Amino acid sequence: MTAKISYGSVEVGTELPARSFPVTRATLVQYAGASGDFNPIHWNEKFALEVGLPDVIAHGMFTMAEAIRVVTDWAGDPGAVVDYGVRFTKPVVVPNDDKGALIEVSGKVAAKLDDNLVRVDLVAVCDGKKVLGMSRAVVRLA
Amino acid sequence: MALDQSFVGRTYPPTPAYEVGREKIREFAEAVGDTHPAYVDAEAARALGHADVIAPPTFVFSITYRAAGEVVRDPQLGLDYSRVVHGDQKFSYVRPVRAGDRLTVTSTIEAVKSLAGNDIVDIRGDVHDETGELVVTALTKLVARAAEEA
Repeated sequence: MTAKISYGSVEVGTELPARSFPVTRATLVQYAGASGDFNPIHWNEKFALEVGLPDVIAHGMFTMAEAIRVVTDWAGDPGAVVDYGVRFTKPVVVPNDDKGALIEVSGKVAAKLDDNLVRVDLVAVCDGKKVLGMSRAVVRLA
Repeated sequence: MALDQSFVGRTYPPTPAYEVGREKIREFAEAVGDTHPAYVDAEAARALGHADVIAPPTFVFSITYRAAGEVVRDPQLGLDYSRVVHGDQKFSYVRPVRAGDRLTVTSTIEAVKSLAGNDIVDIRGDVHDETGELVVTALTKLVARAAEEA
């Protein structure tokens, strides 16, 4: 594990570079194939409406995969992530157009722990709504 | 329908080994748009201290969810799988998953409860490599939403 950020250089409140992640229907089809999650709510509008959703929604695990990139790109080593957890609070609704949806993720250091570990709290927003709750990662810094 | 509380603590047999392939890792990284070199370039991964290319942190869910699916479809548990949504997800890593790992998942039902008509099941998936070492633990909360009033 070789993080490029040193533990001594961060403090509680240090903000990580925020990122925006676009997601279209094509993204969801690609993610379905790569992850093996072919639930039709992620690609079939008719099915999504029938089960009471407003439209096709992104895989929660896709959003979870995007949000941690704020941490892994900052830390430099994806293997430095020790813990990562989220709650799926609101769906990311993905319309059938060329723009899709935009997941905006920010993060800041919420606690400094022992052994060069820090806890980063993440906020993921789509269309003005928080789509993840309790989104926290613990990462080992240099 | 209330779920059977006697399922709490039940552990299912380990899954057959899943061999982590470097092209599968590449495919997953591309699908989430993540261009970190440690996912595709063994030299870059080794420079960070890893034995081979590593997988993005959430990659392992594909394996643990398949194992959890067998648990929640256990007819004796009585969960309505067609109404299941993903509530929470957590991972605790001993080390990152890497190409060449042969991973097995042992699933345990940690909690079973009903809240406001929703059935909630917490499943822990302990992922071990071919040497028997723990690699990562996945905690998955599944919620079977209450059926609408007829």
